[in-house]
Amino acid sequence: MPLIELQHINKWYGQFQVLTDCSMNVTAGEVVVVCGPSGSGKSTLIKTINGLEAIQSGKIQVDGISLQNPQTNLPLLRSKVGMVFQNFELFPHLSVIENLTIAQIQVLKRSPSDAIKQGLHYLERVGLMSQKDKFPGQLSGGQQQRVAIARALCMDPKVMLFDEPTSALDPEMVGEVLDVMIQLAHDGMTMVCVTHEMGFAQKVGSRVIFMDQGNIVEDCTTQEFFGHSYQKSARAVEFLSKIIPL
Amino acid sequence: MNLDLSFYNWELFHNFILKGLIFSVQLTFFATLGGIFFGTVLALLRLSKSPLLSVPASWYVNLMRSIPLVMVILWFFLLMPSIIGRSIGAELSAYITFIAFEAAFFCEIIRAGINSVSQGQNNAAFALGMTYRQNMSLIILPQAFRNMIPVLMTQTIILFQDTSLVYAIGAYDLLKGFEVSGKNYGRPIESYLLAAIVYFLICFTLSTVVKKIQARVAIIR
Repeated sequence: MPLIELQHINKWYGQFQVLTDCSMNVTAGEVVVVCGPSGSGKSTLIKTINGLEAIQSGKIQVDGISLQNPQTNLPLLRSKVGMVFQNFELFPHLSVIENLTIAQIQVLKRSPSDAIKQGLHYLERVGLMSQKDKFPGQLSGGQQQRVAIARALCMDPKVMLFDEPTSALDPEMVGEVLDVMIQLAHDGMTMVCVTHEMGFAQKVGSRVIFMDQGNIVEDCTTQEFFGHSYQKSARAVEFLSKIIPL
Repeated sequence: MNLDLSFYNWELFHNFILKGLIFSVQLTFFATLGGIFFGTVLALLRLSKSPLLSVPASWYVNLMRSIPLVMVILWFFLLMPSIIGRSIGAELSAYITFIAFEAAFFCEIIRAGINSVSQGQNNAAFALGMTYRQNMSLIILPQAFRNMIPVLMTQTIILFQDTSLVYAIGAYDLLKGFEVSGKNYGRPIESYLLAAIVYFLICFTLSTVVKKIQARVAIIR
């Protein structure tokens, strides 16, 4: 059974339809890259998966639990879906270690010592142990994003969502964040990434979803998307031709 | 103009001014605390998605911000006896009115402060599985208050100056103290001159404290 199931999602902002009949599945262990031009609805789509964006019609299931069911404990479900944002969104009034432990203590009800242990473990994994008592404002963008990834991992999520994680970073910091994400993929984490980093997609992506104007235009394997044998839509071909070759 | 400087002595302070100063300071203190507490409640009500909660809160805030404080003080003091059968003292009446009035002003400051925290922070908190209450109390309000401290404290300074309005119901505040002593000794000019100096010193000191606290508490960005 797929870990994430989106069936016929439609979403409007007022009169404007941002998502049109979008359907996709993600099985455990897959790394799905969602790409497309600005305004295509990629960020909106990924935010529907953990319910940050509501939908007007369609069905969403995560780990077998339906988001449409009013009985569903949404906060609990969200704690199992990690999310990393374009603007990092660390809590600026808390130190790095406090950022990592606050949700563990408040949401997962872990003891502070367990939470700190877990926090330090993931901080080590992203290479930022030395920054544990600093505040987000004292860190560079790349460091903040790595802390954000660690913060999401501390919750032991079943799937990680990335919403343009490197788009707000200086080019020289993009690498350090992508390295963390690539390692995560190699460790078997199920990931859905909205990104413009096609190199990342080619390295570890299992599937590519190409969106345009609220529609899912392509949903195929990475080889098929970047290769030449698979018959792609004109829009996808046009998009690929415009990307600077890697 | 001949000023009789012998007017200024410790006896004057002890007999007339001290009582008024204490009342003004206490009123400012409790009105600030109560105002911020109820102001936060009102702000959260106004920000609520449910019209059942937000609409009455909006009416209340708009009403309080549309009428002069001195009128609210007067009305409450004069109307309360008709409603509950006995009169409330001027002091208690002042406390209640000030808190009720200032809550509306603090509400707007706090509401702006909450909105000033970026939506991304809400998203991050919810994505981690926090509830509305956890998000508000642990993530949004701490940041909002740190941002708002200069404005909140400025409102407190204004509040302190407004305490002089209790003259309308005869309560004994700092200004009344100067008025009474001036009349008693037949030295109104010296008295009001000292009043002006004292009010200025207190407000100026508070403004300076605001600046210092702002530097301390600002979130490192």
